[in-house]
Amino acid sequence: MIEQLIILTLVTGGVYALLAIGFSLIFGNARVINLAHTGFFMLAAYGLWYFIRQLGIDTVWAILITVPAVTILGILAYRYLINTIREHHAAVLLMTIALAMVFQELMQSLFSSLYWSIPPLFRGFTEILGVPVLNQHLLVLGVVAVVIIIVWLILSKTKLGIALRATAQDAEVANLMGISVPRTLMITMGIATALAAVAAVVVAPIWTIHPTMWTPPLVMVMVIVVLGGLGSIKGSIIGAFIIALVEVSVSLFMPSYAYLKVVFAILAMVIVLIVRPGGLFGVIFEEERL
Amino acid sequence: MLRRLFKDLRFSVLPVPGKVIAIVFFVFLFIFPLFTDKSYYMFVFATSNLLVIFAVSWDLLSGYSGQVNFGHALFFGVSAWSVGLLNKYLGWQPWATIPVGTLIATGVGVLTCFPALRLRGPYLSLLTMSFPLMLIGLVMAFKKWTGGEFGISGIPEIAATRVGEYYISLIVMTVSVLIMWKLTDAGSKYVRTGLIFHAIREDEIAARASGINTIRYKILAFVIGGFFAGLAGALYAHILGTVSISSLSMVMSFRAIIYVVFGGIVSIYGAVVGVYVLQTLLQLLGVGGTTWVGQNQILIMAIIVILVLLFMPEGVAVWVRNKIERECPRCKLTNAAWRKECRACGANLR
Repeated sequence: MIEQLIILTLVTGGVYALLAIGFSLIFGNARVINLAHTGFFMLAAYGLWYFIRQLGIDTVWAILITVPAVTILGILAYRYLINTIREHHAAVLLMTIALAMVFQELMQSLFSSLYWSIPPLFRGFTEILGVPVLNQHLLVLGVVAVVIIIVWLILSKTKLGIALRATAQDAEVANLMGISVPRTLMITMGIATALAAVAAVVVAPIWTIHPTMWTPPLVMVMVIVVLGGLGSIKGSIIGAFIIALVEVSVSLFMPSYAYLKVVFAILAMVIVLIVRPGGLFGVIFEEERL
Repeated sequence: MLRRLFKDLRFSVLPVPGKVIAIVFFVFLFIFPLFTDKSYYMFVFATSNLLVIFAVSWDLLSGYSGQVNFGHALFFGVSAWSVGLLNKYLGWQPWATIPVGTLIATGVGVLTCFPALRLRGPYLSLLTMSFPLMLIGLVMAFKKWTGGEFGISGIPEIAATRVGEYYISLIVMTVSVLIMWKLTDAGSKYVRTGLIFHAIREDEIAARASGINTIRYKILAFVIGGFFAGLAGALYAHILGTVSISSLSMVMSFRAIIYVVFGGIVSIYGAVVGVYVLQTLLQLLGVGGTTWVGQNQILIMAIIVILVLLFMPEGVAVWVRNKIERECPRCKLTNAAWRKECRACGANLR
């Protein structure tokens, strides 16, 4: 039981961390709460399913097509839909949720509202300390670790990362220092969407694919990001594992009340917010200058 | 009295096209059952009336006082579910369930304040968005009592006929919208709330500095919003005869926002126009899900929202109003756009 708890927490937390980092990045840089974030996640899952099951393309090629395609779609959505109304956060929320609903309805009318699945990349399981672990779960863990390290390296070591962090701190001054803010924000959106697509690639074989698969992770990602503090990458990762622990223990120890996991996750968020209104590692933004 | 009414009508209503349209439309709503009493039309218009209350209460809370609430379905759903549960387990009749349901929703509005008052901007929106989802979790977890995704059915109707229901919803809607319109009217001489809500939305710190107890007024906004959304939810449950988790869903919360943004945010008439144009039109074209429009309602609504946000951010009703009305630059009186000079001071309008 306890081994299962640990493994499932790590796997679920890893997936949530991938999603939450993207969500947090785009909020920290562009002050955009992208509720369509898990919509892109769903699109990537559907893309994989379509290429593998409908067109019969090899899994690796399917991944190589899907991830860039979804990333480009994310950048286009940012450029043409979100960028113009970026200043009004309520409008952005509305726009992105409308976008997610468009995705949902399109997927539903294209591929019906049935449940689909795709084969795992690696079948079978490995025994670790006497506990059987699915190979796909190990893959998830590996990919999550690698991606988090890559994102961290990009943010802390490269010139692009410095530009990203400068924009997050103060877009106006970053602009004065010669950083092209609009381009930086588009790159951020690209990275965020790519992370969502990667999350979909690793998790699609474990979860089922259907048109409303974007809402449960969206709620969890929202809770995680608010809990960890909007815009804080460290907070998102830690929050992801906390929420995953809550979720997995509810569904393991109270299987008949599995729906309560949302309730407990949101309660955890409310308590943290009452104690610390900025989240655990919240970045309290100064009033934006006009 | 009558003479004053006549004078008002003659001098401050008839020359303003927007007001004429509003009055003609309301008169039309009241005599509408004379033209047709097909129960489907009555049902569509009755639900639209209730959604008007729902949308306007969102506009009051989020548009006017600036507490952007993305989970307005919480109040609506709590009220609808308490009506359903009270009726199923205690056998209460509509005259008892509707006030109690509304009161419970108001209470939930007060409860929401505790976390909501501490937060601003995006944090507030995300927090409020998650509350109804929490309740969906509770409903699904206690399937034995709530019926899970199928909800509770067999709630008694408030009136024997669809026409009766239509008139009840219409009267409740008219009264509620009038009350909310007065409460949010910043130019009112008798009620201060409108002005204070505006002040809080524009600059909370400045409002507090000028001696306004902003906390009290924010709670008041949540209470009013919760009360009217709850009223709409309770009546909705009785008119539909069922309660399901769709009344708590994210789509329900976004409906209110979509109608208001479509019509024009921070304007009561915008919300009203939004509901009647979008909801009624989609329902009439949809014919209960048998046509293409009926099956793709959410898709159409989402696309309309995206287009409105991109090309008409002030809202359709406000855009139309700006086309047909013009404010006199000298005396600030509203004139029809086709007049050459102001009707009061004669200033040139072109």
